[in-house]
Amino acid sequence: MKRTALLRILVIGGFIGLLEILCRIGVIDNFTMPPPSRIAYDLWKIIVTGKFNAAIAVTLSNAGFAFILAVSIGVAFGVFVHALPPLRHALDPFFATYYAIPVLAFYPLLIIIFGLGDIPKIMIAFMLGVVAVIVNTLNGLDRVPRVLLKTAKMARLNRISTAIKVTLPSATPYLLTGVKFAVAYSLIGIIGSEFVMSTNGVGFEIAFAYNNFDNSTMYPLILLVMIISISINMILGLWEKKLLIRRGLR
Amino acid sequence: MSGDAKKPVHVSLRGVTKVFRGADGAQPVHALGPIDLDLLRGEFFAVVGPSGCGKSTLLEVLAGLSEVTEGSVSFEGKAIHGQIMDGVGVVFQEDACFPWMTVFDNIAFGLRQTSLEKTEIDNRVDRALEMMGLLPFAKSYPAQLSGGMRQRVCIARTLVLQPRLILLDEPFGALDQQTRLLMGEELLRLWRETGATIFLITHALDEAAMLADRIGVMSARPGRLLDIVETQWGTDRDSRIVETEEFGKVTALLWQWLRGESMKAISRNGSHI
Repeated sequence: MKRTALLRILVIGGFIGLLEILCRIGVIDNFTMPPPSRIAYDLWKIIVTGKFNAAIAVTLSNAGFAFILAVSIGVAFGVFVHALPPLRHALDPFFATYYAIPVLAFYPLLIIIFGLGDIPKIMIAFMLGVVAVIVNTLNGLDRVPRVLLKTAKMARLNRISTAIKVTLPSATPYLLTGVKFAVAYSLIGIIGSEFVMSTNGVGFEIAFAYNNFDNSTMYPLILLVMIISISINMILGLWEKKLLIRRGLR
Repeated sequence: MSGDAKKPVHVSLRGVTKVFRGADGAQPVHALGPIDLDLLRGEFFAVVGPSGCGKSTLLEVLAGLSEVTEGSVSFEGKAIHGQIMDGVGVVFQEDACFPWMTVFDNIAFGLRQTSLEKTEIDNRVDRALEMMGLLPFAKSYPAQLSGGMRQRVCIARTLVLQPRLILLDEPFGALDQQTRLLMGEELLRLWRETGATIFLITHALDEAAMLADRIGVMSARPGRLLDIVETQWGTDRDSRIVETEEFGKVTALLWQWLRGESMKAISRNGSHI
């Protein structure tokens, strides 16, 4: 195992161990936070009993849908904007300041338009993720070596074939960064929306447990969300690493 | 300017000029010309000139990657108007390997855009791999290869298309001197085997003198042809000609032409030696 990985495990393990001790000796009272080992046990129980399977399925399917929308529309729009420099110049300031806008504030408006279903939540998650995908797509396309485009031209590829066979594969490491953002923002958007105004999903269950002082549900569900998000990002990170090694960039 | 009258003209340039429009109100840049030149079928023609004289622009005009501002270019009697002609291949100075493809897929890239059968594509790529000494690396990725090997991949990718005119833009520019000499020998061998017309851009006088039948000497910008030096080497030449007295004379003649032009280019750019 590499030293950095070992150090990383030591830091995380040390932090969890410290929390465990602080909870056990009463510095952090159990009403505020149960010990991490208890949270892990409660999570295990939740998984085994399948009590929240429906909520988990709703959250993950909505986040998955928002993610697919954000990535497909974000990449396509990024390619489109990149091909039109005047439009790019017009939109650049908007992209740069987009994340200063509290997207979640639009949630009530979206509920008025779409009703209290899944669509407003998916829209929020999509709105959070799509610009990160667009920006990273543009970033990647800007860095495609000109010589590769000349090579495509010499092979008489048309614009669409050039985009599919040369430009997008060349920009893949940057696209993957956008994809990683989209995963995180999709989960944040869905769970955040479920917190605010919803009748189902993991976010709703966490908020419900919080309002009822039900720590044995709230903390395991928070842990579950963290595990899902970190796992997806780790898998994407490994893919990205493999890609960068193959290209001699790492 | 034309060479050996016995060989037919393969590529013809007449009054070719290239002016780049200035961006955001800047002055236009007269990069090239006027240039008149005939490349003969099957000859090895090299172009030398000071930095920024328009050598690569000239190559892009021949490749059809760039349109001329004035004048005309024809390849096998057909006019080139900024379109890619069938039978023309280019090897660029920069590393043009697709890093996400294996060596095999890189070489097959151009062929896969044609209507050729898969078996024919595989055969051609296998032959190219063998010819370029890349067979053991067919499944490797470019990042696993040295700079010289990556450039051989790019040459192979051009050769499998069986071009009749091969344009090379300082293909060995990033390589060390020993590798350049050996790659030069390989290039001569490929030239003899394929019978293609080769147009080589280089900043290395010795490389031009060793490889070419004729060497066009370009002026500082706007690039014009000052002279065409004929080397008189046999087609079976290799890198050992660098040891001969005639080789020294050719490079000395090239340097005579280029010294003044290089000084002009340096003083224009406001830099010092």
